[in-house]
Amino acid sequence: MSSSVREAPPRSELHRLLGHPIDLAGHVATHGPLAVAMGEHTSWQGALAASLEASGLAGRGGGGFPSSIKLAAASAYRHGGTLVVNGMEGEPASDKDKVVLTRAPHLVLDGAQFLAALCRAREVVVCIPTGRNGVAAAVQQAISERAVARYARVSETIVRPPDRFVAGEESALASWVDGRDGLPVFRPDKSVPLRIGKRPALVHNAETLAHIALIARHGPEPFLARGLAEERGTCLVTVSGAVAQPGVVEVDRGTPLWDIALRGTPTEPAQALLVGGYGGNWVGPQHFATPYASVSLRTIGASAGVGVVAVLGQSTCGVAETARIARYLAGQSAGQCGPCVLGLPAIADDLARLARGQADGGLMARLQRRLIEVDGRGACRHPDGAVSLVRSALDVFAGDVGAHLRGEPCAHWRHLSSLPFPRPITLT
Amino acid sequence: MTLHITIDPVACDAYGYCAELLPEAIVLDEWGYPIVDGRPLPAELVALATRAVRDCPRRAITVTRKTRAS
Amino acid sequence: MNSTMFWYITRATGIVTLVLLTATMVLGLTTTSRARARNWPGFAQQELHRRFSMMAMVFLAIHVLTSILDTYVHIGWAAIVVPFTSPYSRFWVGLGTVAVDLMAAVFISSLLRSRIRPSVWRGIHWLAYGCWPLALAHTFGVGTDAGQAWVIALGVACIVSVLVALSWRLRSTARRAATLSAANTEPNPATRLLVTSSAKGSLREQ
Repeated sequence: MSSSVREAPPRSELHRLLGHPIDLAGHVATHGPLAVAMGEHTSWQGALAASLEASGLAGRGGGGFPSSIKLAAASAYRHGGTLVVNGMEGEPASDKDKVVLTRAPHLVLDGAQFLAALCRAREVVVCIPTGRNGVAAAVQQAISERAVARYARVSETIVRPPDRFVAGEESALASWVDGRDGLPVFRPDKSVPLRIGKRPALVHNAETLAHIALIARHGPEPFLARGLAEERGTCLVTVSGAVAQPGVVEVDRGTPLWDIALRGTPTEPAQALLVGGYGGNWVGPQHFATPYASVSLRTIGASAGVGVVAVLGQSTCGVAETARIARYLAGQSAGQCGPCVLGLPAIADDLARLARGQADGGLMARLQRRLIEVDGRGACRHPDGAVSLVRSALDVFAGDVGAHLRGEPCAHWRHLSSLPFPRPITLT
Repeated sequence: MTLHITIDPVACDAYGYCAELLPEAIVLDEWGYPIVDGRPLPAELVALATRAVRDCPRRAITVTRKTRAS
Repeated sequence: MNSTMFWYITRATGIVTLVLLTATMVLGLTTTSRARARNWPGFAQQELHRRFSMMAMVFLAIHVLTSILDTYVHIGWAAIVVPFTSPYSRFWVGLGTVAVDLMAAVFISSLLRSRIRPSVWRGIHWLAYGCWPLALAHTFGVGTDAGQAWVIALGVACIVSVLVALSWRLRSTARRAATLSAANTEPNPATRLLVTSSAKGSLREQ
């Protein structure tokens, strides 16, 4: 059963998250033991920090924040804190964190161990929402293997927060692990660390941690060898929508958007791509060649977000789909901030009216005003994402919007939607 | 160094006293929640802002200092 | 000053404190938002609420002081803060003492408001609701003037105004809660035009 004579993969494959052995023995044979990679003296910490900065790795959880900066802030913590692995993935259209936790749990956990050592955390807590028992079982299996082999440096445990869209927001997650209400916290000064108990907490997305594990072990070169000059490395993207093979793919940063969509085999011509998740942006066909990298996406007003590329086929109505997403996002508000609690449903109502071709004369002005007013006025970015999505819809589907305003309901809107939701969303 | 109004959106419960005291700096949206534009607070409004901070039943409004660097 | 003077001052300041406390309660209960008229200065009402409470404390302090300095009946300094220790009218004076303690707690917590957690401050402030019925009971339990028609009328007026303000407040809170929860409910998957999602082939599970 021992696989000690397994060949290590070629250097060109060392950036890949998926495709390596899942079991602990195979993992160690492929990447080497944790202890050796960590080294016995403190200079490896500086080397790791330098590697992360050289790699330019940015968070894969939606914020896209440079990991080296987040890490530098964390290293200033006094010891004894908690490292939280964010496996919540509240985005219905995203599966990448589930995949990386199921098929590369040791990479995620190793990444957590590296960071924990760097910021002197004394425990690793993996957050997997209730309802995802398959993922939890896979991670628990990995943790048990590591416990038996005395492989991990600090303790690793799994906790099961409730499955809500905002539960994965980092301050909300820290709040839940801390036994508080699990809702986002107003943080005007993000340099003040999150707290669990009296100690600091560092929250990182599961995929980001997997990348960190590889960079820590093999240096930044394999990561830097992929991608574009503008943004290096690889990432996981969930391809869904009007495609024959929805699922998670591993792509180089900088891959053109349409090439990513092609990996899912679209079933019909696309009128738009949804990039970044339900809090992301619609992208029109004229931008399908845009590289999937932060700066390029920003020039078209989009961002990689939580790693979603969804295809909207021509037989579906973009306005109706946006209305459904808006309705879903409104229902997922944490319920703490007036502009979000009251503004998002109002926006969703107007979009539903627009989709049904029942717009009144003041609808567009009202919608635009509310989009401006709601944006940025919550404690977290939830309303901002919804606003960004709706604004991009009004732009990309301008033709359909015009038709709907004239009272012509889109001929296609009764078609089955191709976008996933946890529960069916009506347009009434 | 400038003074700025900060509203804690979680604490705020749309009482609206801040907008009554500082109509030059705070406007209420259609649901009664304050909109702040982020501009520095002029000196003549500081006394009123202090009153608003004290009067807010939820302690949702504060006046913070920002240095040019932040 | 003789005992009679103290006695008169005690009675007068007692009545005034009750009225000021009632006014404080009414102003405090009706400070909820939005439901007021557009031109009503809510901040001014809030500040009035605070000033009335401070005036009530001033009159209360005088009332307590003169009641102890009045040697005709023995109350004792301890009874200012320790309830039910007064030899004279132990129970009714004791109620007044509890009210004093609660008011002191509210006052101190308000001074320290920026240093204590908001929930703690609000909890103590809620206790203050107890001040008013205690003061009312104390007035009619101890009060020398409790039998007089005008005092009874005053008491009834205080009760009525607080009850009206309280019912207004309860309705206003219920309305606000309804608005917020109505906005936040996820829609029923029941009705017509149900557009479902196709999750075929997705790696999503359970």
